[in-house]
Amino acid sequence: MTMQHAMPSEQQAKTQILVRLFLSIGVLPILLVVALILFSVLSDNFFTFGNIANVLRQTSYLTIVALGQMIVMLTAGFDLSVGSTLAVTSVTSALGMAGMAAAYPDQPWLAIAVGVPIGFLCGLALGVVNGLGVALLGVSPFIVTLGMASVGFCAALYLTSGTPVRGIPYEFADTFGSGGFWGLKAPVWVALILAIAVYVLLNWTRLGRHFYAVGGNLKAAALSGVHTRLTLFLAYAVCAGLTSIAGLLLTARMETGEANIGTSMPLQSIAACVIAGVSLRGGTGNVPYVVLGAVFFGVIENGMNVSGVSSYLQIGVTGAILVFAAVADEFRRRLIGRKTL
Amino acid sequence: MIAPSSDAIAQQPGAVPTSGAGTLLIETKGLSKHYPGVDALVDVDFDLRPGEVHALFGENGAGKSTLISILAGANTPTRGEIRFRGEPLTLADVGAARARGISAVFQEFSLVPQLTVAENLFLGDEPVRRGFLDRRNELQRARALLERLGFPLEADRRVQTLSRAEQQMVEIAKAFRGDLSVLILDEPTASLTERETESLFALIRQAKARGVGIIYITHRMVELRRIADRVTVLRDGRKVGLVDAQAADEATLIQMMSGRPISQVFPKVNYAPARTLLSIERLTTADNNVRDVSLEVRAGEIVGIAGLVGCGKSETARACYGLARVAKGRVMFDGRDVTGWKTRRMLDAGFSYLPPDRHKEGLVLARSAIENTSLPALHLPQFSGNIFLKRRQEKDTVSRLATQLKLHPLDLQREMGAFSGGNQQKVLIAKMLTRDVKLFVFDEPTVGVDVSTRVAIYRLIADLCEAGAGVLLISSDLPEVLHLCNRAYVMFRGAVQVELQGSQITEDRVLSHFFERAA
Repeated sequence: MTMQHAMPSEQQAKTQILVRLFLSIGVLPILLVVALILFSVLSDNFFTFGNIANVLRQTSYLTIVALGQMIVMLTAGFDLSVGSTLAVTSVTSALGMAGMAAAYPDQPWLAIAVGVPIGFLCGLALGVVNGLGVALLGVSPFIVTLGMASVGFCAALYLTSGTPVRGIPYEFADTFGSGGFWGLKAPVWVALILAIAVYVLLNWTRLGRHFYAVGGNLKAAALSGVHTRLTLFLAYAVCAGLTSIAGLLLTARMETGEANIGTSMPLQSIAACVIAGVSLRGGTGNVPYVVLGAVFFGVIENGMNVSGVSSYLQIGVTGAILVFAAVADEFRRRLIGRKTL
Repeated sequence: MIAPSSDAIAQQPGAVPTSGAGTLLIETKGLSKHYPGVDALVDVDFDLRPGEVHALFGENGAGKSTLISILAGANTPTRGEIRFRGEPLTLADVGAARARGISAVFQEFSLVPQLTVAENLFLGDEPVRRGFLDRRNELQRARALLERLGFPLEADRRVQTLSRAEQQMVEIAKAFRGDLSVLILDEPTASLTERETESLFALIRQAKARGVGIIYITHRMVELRRIADRVTVLRDGRKVGLVDAQAADEATLIQMMSGRPISQVFPKVNYAPARTLLSIERLTTADNNVRDVSLEVRAGEIVGIAGLVGCGKSETARACYGLARVAKGRVMFDGRDVTGWKTRRMLDAGFSYLPPDRHKEGLVLARSAIENTSLPALHLPQFSGNIFLKRRQEKDTVSRLATQLKLHPLDLQREMGAFSGGNQQKVLIAKMLTRDVKLFVFDEPTVGVDVSTRVAIYRLIADLCEAGAGVLLISSDLPEVLHLCNRAYVMFRGAVQVELQGSQITEDRVLSHFFERAA
């Protein structure tokens, strides 16, 4: 408005379009496009089908965890124990499979059928405790999930004495780790299916609606007859369930059960959600953006690798982008707020 | 469909219907609610007949909210019995109340801002088909409901983009969603325009005709006469009387409500208007909540600003105090142009503002009375040396103020959250008195305080005025403005509607400017 005199009208129209684009879709898609173009220019190897498929596979685990993290964040909480959930799932499922495989060496699928549920349920158990602590006892999500992160990590280390669990059937790794079709690996397909499932859950079921309502205004939800405690509990349980699936896929990928596979996952998953516009105060966020958020971090990491950016620098760049995105999002919210008035 | 006897027969073939007209919808006996340190409700007998509007009248903190929250299932009584259509009733939660057709519209909105109007209307009772939300059906039913009620709202708008009045409509529509037998309305007209109020009253009359019983909380005498049948007056958690709404007059009701004659509630003030302290000239704020407002306050007078919630009365003072951005206009204070000054500078200049929400904006609840009181003046030489705080002087000053204001208990180290509402308010006022102040701006100074504190606050305001300070009293409590001020402005939608002087300040005249003029 203040630049009216200085700027020629054509350029003004262009900035108007950019501003409107920014207001309607947010900063993330713009950042993603910029990153894709930038890395394509910097490296010939970046924008190839092989590399993109690779990026997708690398980010599929983060995507799945971020979907769970998002559900918890919708209810105005967060889950710091997703890393430990990955570890517990990985270690327990690997122990189960290795044990069965040792007993029945010629029946690998039996071992898988035993080990996978064990891992899933052990991971889920962490979420159940989180959910009980937050929903029933009313302890802050920060404390409960931080505590459970330590407990889970401890359990995973204790069970394995800190060494990788070997002896997983080859078929498990082959099917869920490196298997796949149409050029995409199994975890990418699983992530895609889960993203669609979470999308349906959040947009087309009562439970999903209640996640938003509980995070948007807990009291209002309670006064409307929503079972707020059950809803909160289920948020943590679903998050742990999704995270456990990611843990199983990671175990297949690495062909071993590892206690320290998820140490960076809590902050990464929260970052992927925040950059996707999921509010830390609860009540806002949607699935496509969270998927984009997770993929964006994968693109940045991969792009910097193939363009030869030093790994020390990478950490700083990622952090700076996150802060920039959060600031831009706040700015956007204010602009929108001003327009509706 | 609401007629109680036929309903009972239809739903429970075995049940014996109680004899027609005499059936009470709701009856409470000895209903009590005890919180640690407070008796919010003591032995209240209350009843509601089908097809009547039963008003609850009383000050903030008298127990009205506690009573309705218990009846709506949002709160459980410590003692006492509730009967619903003659049957004993225990309500586990709001859902249980709603299942019996008891719906409440609370003053504090129970809406989820991030959801749309339709989503809010059906929250907790979403239409589902084969396990999935039937969003089209939800939208259609929401539109039909809004149309039936005559509310001009778009069903797919997000609630956070709606105005306060529009949000109020969503709340009311929510209550009308299912089969209704008891409707509880907590000051429903507080943010509605006159036309919206009219359509609400029409809805209430329709509901009455269908046998719905309505519990109606209001502060406005005019509404009692217009819409209520019976009035129950509460004071300090107790029922003090049940009167016929048509027969009740203002003086009687105020006397019942406060427990003393009106002349003892409001002090007689000797105004001595002197030089102009605050002069606001054509002020418009950046957020447009205040538009082209001009007013002035002199030393030695009490000037009131009345109006609905969100009419800009609070925002006007806040803009002067550096809490809202000024877009146009000028603010003169004590002979200086102070437009756009920051809060700290305004305080130093002698402008003190009492915020309306003591929990959100007024007090640090986890800290002591002494720390709270000295906070605005902590950086001044009286409390601060070059390096260290002068804690002895701090204690002396605060202790003097606390004694003067009769803080109870007189324990300066006690943390603020442990004091009652009235005593928290006293500390909030003590904060203003730690410094040299020329103009006191009180924004809702008596919200949620008991009668004796209220009387003390009025006395203090009168004393400040008589001592030569200027007082600006912003209030939604109409009697306060009527009885304390020598001049008053009435605001509507961000603009000053009228300025009234002395004997012109009557309830009818003030209220006639509360709303939009008829088009």
